[in-house]
Amino acid sequence: MIYFDNAATTAVKKEVLEKMLPYFSENYGNASSIYTIGRTSAAAIAKAREQVANAIGCKSNEVYFTGCGSEADNWAIKGVAFANKSKGKHIITTAIEHHAVLHTCQYLEKHGFEVTYLPVDEYGKVSPEAVKNAIREDTILITVMFANNEIGTIEPIAEIGEIAKEHKILFHTDAVQAIGAVEIDVNKLGIDLLSLSGHKFGGPKGVGALYIKSGVRIDNFMHGGAQEKTKRAGTENLAGIVGLGTAIEIACSNISEKAAKIAKIRDYIIKNISENIPYSRLNGHPTDRLCGNVNFSFEFIEGEGMLLHLDLNGIAASSGSACTSGSLDPSHVLLAIGLPHGIAHGSLRISVGDTNTMEEADKLLEILPSIIQKLRDMSPLYEEIKNK
Amino acid sequence: MYSEKVMDHFSNPRNVGEIENADGVGQVGNSKCGDIMKMYIKVENDVIVDVKFKTFGCGAAIATSSMATELVKGKTLDEALALTNKAVMEALDGLPPVKVHCSVLAEEAIAAAVQNYYDTHGIDKQVAKSHCDSCNCEH
Repeated sequence: MIYFDNAATTAVKKEVLEKMLPYFSENYGNASSIYTIGRTSAAAIAKAREQVANAIGCKSNEVYFTGCGSEADNWAIKGVAFANKSKGKHIITTAIEHHAVLHTCQYLEKHGFEVTYLPVDEYGKVSPEAVKNAIREDTILITVMFANNEIGTIEPIAEIGEIAKEHKILFHTDAVQAIGAVEIDVNKLGIDLLSLSGHKFGGPKGVGALYIKSGVRIDNFMHGGAQEKTKRAGTENLAGIVGLGTAIEIACSNISEKAAKIAKIRDYIIKNISENIPYSRLNGHPTDRLCGNVNFSFEFIEGEGMLLHLDLNGIAASSGSACTSGSLDPSHVLLAIGLPHGIAHGSLRISVGDTNTMEEADKLLEILPSIIQKLRDMSPLYEEIKNK
Repeated sequence: MYSEKVMDHFSNPRNVGEIENADGVGQVGNSKCGDIMKMYIKVENDVIVDVKFKTFGCGAAIATSSMATELVKGKTLDEALALTNKAVMEALDGLPPVKVHCSVLAEEAIAAAVQNYYDTHGIDKQVAKSHCDSCNCEH
């Protein structure tokens, strides 16, 4: 199988798995226990916390482990909103956030909060100016994703961080797709809260983390024991945390070198598709995009058919079409960048990771045009164009 | 998520194409929903002697179009009109719940083609319209 869906998830790296395995069996102690194997577990969690802190430039006591990236987003947004509601009820976000952010904001709207969903331009970028203009007296939180999961556009985080700081408003970013792809220093970028997820960069599923800058007022997420400084109770996912720590250390070393290698494959695929497949359109920003993200719309066809044919040829990729989402509407991200429904239905996301090769890209590029032609040949919309 | 029969009809769809000088052509769906089906029929003595389709849509839309054409080929117009989306689904060994509307579309496409045949051949008959109650799209 050729795996081109690294934005969906990644395989646990061999060296990560090796570090994790002892924590399922011989080192199974509860980190809250006082005896030796309990202390071994506590030390392993402390080390992982340090590894996360080093990767994003914060202090280790500002890192809180969660069950996943979505939990980190939920906690950041709900926790800040409820803890600061005496200050205000207004939140600023964008129209292209992950559902973990969008649906959390919609939930808060039902509980008396007001949310501004900022539009984006045709490349999926939000303008810092628009963020500034949306600020009200009662704005308590700005949440803007670091990079978009579907179209790969990297948002102007530093500028937004500066605006947030100037106005003394908390700034959260969902960096689930950006970790390991972009250098991140939360202090330089003015980030107060940052969400990340282990399985997007060679770590295991079922573990994420939230960075909460010291001094940020936030409600506890899970009530119970004293884990995560009482803010997120529940016996720690020990092996998962060890895996996340190991994976983020690997992912965030030599980022620029690795990103350049991945971007080379990305650009090769983009160039080839643009030149060889008519009626195609690159979605997302041409340059400010994640090193592994390729997202195209192909007119007159629907995305799911492409995915199924690619799968029959041993290639795994993804789509923003309705049919893969369980609803009739295509991706909210593709609609937000202004694509008409018909074209948004025909999108294909190829996400390149550090294990992909040029040979794999060649195999994809060899098969893709014939798949698209096959689907177009049976499309009544293509027939109309041909007959014009 | 898809049965083997769905995958078979998706990857090797039967009766894809157009019929020149078709006796009836019906198109249903819209690109907003992500599914458009166009059916062409050739009719002799009230029997559908040939049928072809073109579909813009997901795997299930293509498979249901293909299966629907198989089920009405060689049938009388009345038999073809009696084809239900359930029958198409059963013939495909079932569809995931979100794809049920694709089978409704297939039923409607056949009905639309027959209606067009009636309209263009001076036959004063109205095909009863079916409704898709599995989704809130416009078909």
